[in-house]
Amino acid sequence: MIQEEDNVLIFELSRHGCRASAQAPRQRADTGSLPRRFLRRNAPQLPEVSELEAVRHYTRLSQKNFAIDTHFYPLGSCTMKYNPRGANAAAMLPQFLERHPLAPASTGQGFMACIHELQDYLAEASGMRAVTLSVMAGAQGEFAGVAMIRAYHTARGDTARDEILVPDAAHGTNPATATMCGYKVREIPTGADGDVDMDALREACGERTAGIMLTNPSTVGVFERRIQEIAQLVHEAGGLLYYDGANLNAILGKARPGDMGFDVIHMNLHKTFSTPHGGGGPGAAAVGVGERLLPYLPIPRVVKEHHGYRWLDENDCPDSIGRLGTFAGNAGILLRAYAYVRMLGREGMVRVGEYSTLNANYLMARLRDAGFTVAYPERRASHEFIISLKREAKEIGVNVMDFAKRLLDLGYHAPTTYFPLLISEALLIEPTETESKRELDGFVDAMVRIRQEAKDNIETVKGAPYRLPVRRLDDVKAARELNLRWTAQG
Amino acid sequence: MSEVPLDLKYTRSHEWVRLEDDGTVTVGISDHAQAALGDLVFVEPPEAGAELSADEACTVVESVKAASDVYAPVAGEVIEVNTLLDDTPELINSDPYGEGWIMRLRPADAAELDRLMSADDYRQLVAEE
Repeated sequence: MIQEEDNVLIFELSRHGCRASAQAPRQRADTGSLPRRFLRRNAPQLPEVSELEAVRHYTRLSQKNFAIDTHFYPLGSCTMKYNPRGANAAAMLPQFLERHPLAPASTGQGFMACIHELQDYLAEASGMRAVTLSVMAGAQGEFAGVAMIRAYHTARGDTARDEILVPDAAHGTNPATATMCGYKVREIPTGADGDVDMDALREACGERTAGIMLTNPSTVGVFERRIQEIAQLVHEAGGLLYYDGANLNAILGKARPGDMGFDVIHMNLHKTFSTPHGGGGPGAAAVGVGERLLPYLPIPRVVKEHHGYRWLDENDCPDSIGRLGTFAGNAGILLRAYAYVRMLGREGMVRVGEYSTLNANYLMARLRDAGFTVAYPERRASHEFIISLKREAKEIGVNVMDFAKRLLDLGYHAPTTYFPLLISEALLIEPTETESKRELDGFVDAMVRIRQEAKDNIETVKGAPYRLPVRRLDDVKAARELNLRWTAQG
Repeated sequence: MSEVPLDLKYTRSHEWVRLEDDGTVTVGISDHAQAALGDLVFVEPPEAGAELSADEACTVVESVKAASDVYAPVAGEVIEVNTLLDDTPELINSDPYGEGWIMRLRPADAAELDRLMSADDYRQLVAEE
């Protein structure tokens, strides 16, 4: 048996003359109508392997995945939960798959009905006036939101506002978005209890305030208790409130950003609504607005009229900030979200919030009882929580990265490491609602075991991982000498 | 315990400041700060000639863990930046108070230096963290 080396690329397996014809086109394409200057003179350098070699190569690669489908994946702030196969199956119906985006609306009424209902469901679930689904992912959702805030102030002639307030516990995308939209970022500190420092906020609010970007529950894993007071302060100063939907899973069905006073929100359909998050796959963001920002909402949106469904365009929405992607957004992801929402129903949505919070609080209590330091011990966790390994670092000499690497050996994806930056040696842990008690208990056992291993012989932990395709990576080299292009040797 | 040289001044945001004989100041980040950041991979200092206000975010230091701002300890003009850091940012890890200096400033108001922290106060701050 020839054993394929661990990290061999398909190009390196190539041997001249091998072929896998199953995927090849049945007949040669007719290139007669293409200008000669666009035609290749030499054949492209594609790898040459047999069909069976190709199958084995990619099957082995897929087995190296460390994924939600194979392992518990408590990556904080990423909501790595099970995405039901049923939602995918519904989105894959041939009538959806074979729709052409340029086909007339009259032939896509079924698809448009789903989009229209999803717009309504999400508006209802978030407490917003209207929702657009044409935004391609979370970062673009933020951009859309702040661009609308800017359009709102500009339309009122209120152009002196040049600051967006961002709590220091925010996701890095928040200040990046504000900057992209031409605003200065003003950072608001977090108090010792994990809530926004109200005195600092009061001082920051003023004539220059265009708005505030908030995540609630926040990235430190607690619910911002004074959110209504924050909304009042920012609104009184003339600013608007942006809700980053990164942590929506915790409050789904239980509390609505619209009721908290937010003017605009994005929801990551690719984490909360049945599409896996991360890994380079497509995302989709639903962006919802209250009354004030309604004219600026990105297009297209679906509207229901007497004769059926219709796309709203530039003529219907002259003040819209415009289009942020082609066609209707990531249609497949939207359909998955639609199927998921329909499967959950209103009652199911409440259970998402309840069980994601229950699981997080159970896991936090178990880790605390096992002697780990919880960052905000007096606070109830939302859907995620932070433990700090500062004591372990000081007393035993192991840090967060050592725990993270060793967890992989023991069959658990590492939680988010070193984030948020406010807490030293932070592990941000989000178990999600789809994990069983047995899985959570196993994770606690693994954490306890790693701490014991470190006490017994620290090298065991420092040398991890041992059981993965690659050992400890050189992060510095990866950051400084990024090289993603394969070139033939010799 | 991280090193806190007695002859330097410090800020709450972990910059160190050394007053030079010619009235300029040299600025870097403390041993505690570099240890907390971990291995540095990029440093983006201000340009020479830039006028900074006190507490202005003027340099970005990026480590394998995170990107962070370095703040101007006092207002003043940037008269020199450490160009060695372009290719060897790890100097901040290996020698934060020496070869890992970041920039030299000409303070707009020398009296501003008085509001910086002493080594004793800074040592206390680090111990509390």
